[in-house]
Amino acid sequence: MTTIFGINLFALFGQLLVGLINGSFYALLSLGLAIIFGLLKIINFAQGALYMLGAFCALLALKYLGINYWYALILVPIAVGIVGILMERFLIRPIANEDHLYSLLLTFGLALIIQGAFTHAFGSSGLSYSIPEELKGGIRLPFMYLPNYRAWIIVASIITCVGTWWMIEKTRLGAYLRAGTENPKLMQAFGINVPLLVTLTFGFGVALAGFAGVMAAPVYSVSPDMGSNILIVVFAIVVIGGMGSIGGAIITGLGMGIIEGLTKYFYPEASNTIIFLVMVVVLLLKPAGLFGKEA
Amino acid sequence: MKTIKTSLLTKIAYGVMSASLSLNVLAASDGKVKIGVLADMGGTYADICGKGCVTATEMAIEDFGGEVLGKKIELVSADSQLKPDIASSIARKWVESEDVDTIGGLVSSAVSGAVSKVNLDNKKITLISGSASNSFTTDACNAYNVHWTYNVEAMANGTVKPMVESGKKNWFFITADYSFGHSLESVATTVITEKGGKVVGGVRAPLGTTDFSSYVLQAQASGADVVALANAGNDTVNALKAASEFGLTDQMDIAGLLVFTQNSQAMDPSVAAGMRLTTGFYWDMDDQARQWSARFEERHGGIPSMIHAGIYSATMHYLNSVKAVGTDESEAVIKHMKQNKPNDFFARNAELRGDGRMVHDMLYVEIKKASERKNKNDIYTILKIIPANEAYAPMLPQCDFS
Amino acid sequence: MNNLKLNILLLIIAVIAPAVFYPVFLAKILCFALFACAFNLLLGYAGLLSFGHAAFLGTGGYVTGYLMINTGLSPEIAIILGMVAGGILGAIFGKLAVKREGIYFAMVTLALAQLVFFFYLQAPFTNGEDGLQGVPRGAIFGLIDLSNNYTMYYFVLAIFILGYWIINRTVHSPFGQVLKAIRENEDRAISLGYEVNRYKWVAFIISAALASLAGSTKALVFNLASLTDVHWHMSGEVILMTLVGGVGTILGPILGAGIVVSMQNYLSGGELGNYIHIIMGFVFVVCVLSFRSGIVGQLLKFKRNNF
Repeated sequence: MTTIFGINLFALFGQLLVGLINGSFYALLSLGLAIIFGLLKIINFAQGALYMLGAFCALLALKYLGINYWYALILVPIAVGIVGILMERFLIRPIANEDHLYSLLLTFGLALIIQGAFTHAFGSSGLSYSIPEELKGGIRLPFMYLPNYRAWIIVASIITCVGTWWMIEKTRLGAYLRAGTENPKLMQAFGINVPLLVTLTFGFGVALAGFAGVMAAPVYSVSPDMGSNILIVVFAIVVIGGMGSIGGAIITGLGMGIIEGLTKYFYPEASNTIIFLVMVVVLLLKPAGLFGKEA
Repeated sequence: MKTIKTSLLTKIAYGVMSASLSLNVLAASDGKVKIGVLADMGGTYADICGKGCVTATEMAIEDFGGEVLGKKIELVSADSQLKPDIASSIARKWVESEDVDTIGGLVSSAVSGAVSKVNLDNKKITLISGSASNSFTTDACNAYNVHWTYNVEAMANGTVKPMVESGKKNWFFITADYSFGHSLESVATTVITEKGGKVVGGVRAPLGTTDFSSYVLQAQASGADVVALANAGNDTVNALKAASEFGLTDQMDIAGLLVFTQNSQAMDPSVAAGMRLTTGFYWDMDDQARQWSARFEERHGGIPSMIHAGIYSATMHYLNSVKAVGTDESEAVIKHMKQNKPNDFFARNAELRGDGRMVHDMLYVEIKKASERKNKNDIYTILKIIPANEAYAPMLPQCDFS
Repeated sequence: MNNLKLNILLLIIAVIAPAVFYPVFLAKILCFALFACAFNLLLGYAGLLSFGHAAFLGTGGYVTGYLMINTGLSPEIAIILGMVAGGILGAIFGKLAVKREGIYFAMVTLALAQLVFFFYLQAPFTNGEDGLQGVPRGAIFGLIDLSNNYTMYYFVLAIFILGYWIINRTVHSPFGQVLKAIRENEDRAISLGYEVNRYKWVAFIISAALASLAGSTKALVFNLASLTDVHWHMSGEVILMTLVGGVGTILGPILGAGIVVSMQNYLSGGELGNYIHIIMGFVFVVCVLSFRSGIVGQLLKFKRNNF
């Protein structure tokens, strides 16, 4: 009894699960974007390139330094975060007082440079990174064979997302952060180093992209354009969730992954488009996004 | 100074005049042979026909002696980026303003199609070595197309036929969503149904897909005997990777309809071993092939793909014909190319037909297990030689330009 | 030198240029110059950054290409229809986007353009990755055959001048003045009784239609309409052209298009082909960090300060 009303349930569940896995990446990446945008009002077009950088760092660290997957999972986000901090300090801060559009254009340029440099160095054909020994194999569920690594992606990404959300919304540090971006002068007067806070926030948002990159390395082919392909989808997700809403980015990311999975089952031709269609509908009904505050 | 001025003035006058008179300016034969190579320098097919294609063409020119018709043979190359618009504008620039006589390499059917159209307008020969679509000698055939190396028919005939004959009747396709994938799928489907098999389903994945998991799940749900990968390059490698990750390889057979030497080499032997496929060339097939491949490997740093060998062979045949007819004028050269059979380390039992299809013996091979491999280049066991006339479909009468 | 003199000088250069340069290359510059000018109408005069203008360039190309291949229409009709199609698409985009401002506007246009990209990727008439190949150039009014590159160039030049003239007229009309007022101070414009969103919407439609005109013409020049023209990289490229030349200046986008296209043309053939994205990214960064008014903008500043 695997079909109901002509729907092959096994196949459907399989697609939903794959959707959830993709959704985990969407959630991680849109979370980083939402933090950077929500707190700093910067659209970071380089987020995709930094995600790619994370994947490459993991690959190169294994090849040349013998750093395995588990260490990479911690070290690579730190390294990528440092790149982000340097970017913010030396490139974005000088134009912080200009129109926000300039930071978008600047990061767009940076994305081109990073992607171009990796294409030049490694070609765009993609390299492979093998799944760590501990996570090889899989579980045979009644409706599909679930590779262990894919299950790990879902778990790790949900933990990271919820942890981040909690830190920003519920802790004192998060409160400083929100206050510091809301009213920098006042916070400065209270003796809080706001510019440092901004730099660290940017670094953290970018580190999330690096983390997603390491997670992705074993399942997707590590290639210079892996970031630009996913970035536009993630942008749409951030718009749907309500730009700057951190919880919204997480829920929408996972939700869109699932919706994409459903579409792949019922009407595969539209699976690339569905997210953008949802976006248009959301914008028509609720211009500020599902979880956004009216600007 | 005066002459420069007058020549500039005449040029201007010519430019303005021709605008109103609409003269046809076609670069006439200039007696100097210039070959353009369009390759994929950094994309999905870079290993199969990137810098290697330029190297192989250089080797052909050097082996030929470096000059023809008393002038040095020139070579220009560029990156098509696998985009038809970029390829078409480079090709146009080459043939219209830089006196290029023929364009070779040409990986990806989209690129070859665009270049072939430009060349047809300018009456220049297109030496297709890297593309698989059979459209260049069927729907889109023209008198200036020369299609070397292989095509989708040869692949489908070689790989699909023996599998269907051995009782694998139900097929599922994972197809690259552009003309090459479509034509590979449709040719293979014809072979399957002719032999009494059935296609139970299929999905179309965009070129350059990295995550094939959802397609693999669909294949799994289809209940097919064989999953055919109607794609190439990294798409094949990635699809196979997902198939093994989700346990598909244990349940069904996988047929790679177009697998290049470089891909076979890159794939994990535990996943790929035992897979059977068709190829136009294998470096270890005999002494002649080994000899050329060793020279190529020394210059390029890797063993040649069939496309590398093919572009060498095609360039050589072209140059021989230019020399024989004593002009670089396209009609005369292509006529000679078609009347005389190519014969070298690559072209066995070969002939360039009137439709521009170069037919030659193909190889049916199996990927070796890790334990059987003597070194990293030792990847195939040759199972059988497929004779040229069995490998390729017969010429269509409307495409006979001989 | 006043504007009229400058325009006449530029026209003379444009007329004699094919004697020195390859006409298809020049025609390409003109197509992109028109595209950048259309884009600049929005960014420079209405203060709206569209990150989805490739959708219009591509729509023009696909519609015109499809009509030229499948119907016996003459090229001028096919181009006009391509422009109309782009204008309609622009009306839809604009309706959705003008409600938002700044970065939000950019994001919405980007996402809408992506929707259009996937439509063209999957719609059967576009041939997906292959693109529409072999688009015939046809003959204007059935009389003047465009297959000659020089004829084609002068035809493109005529179209460019027409587009340029429309943009110039729009900018200097009362409508254009209102747009500038909105850019400078939107609240003030509202309080003066202008229906701000309506003005933005009309500006968006004009810009979209002209961008499509550029795309339609480009499809004829290259006999091809492909996905590259609808890809979001193209939307980024037109921003780069405008930024390099000078946002909000009439001649800036033309100069910017000339520089970017020549750069690509020079790089794509040679050894540096691999570096093209790095160089473009670098130009972007330099422009944003220290050159925000672009080449023409800087020249105008220099002129104001010294003469």
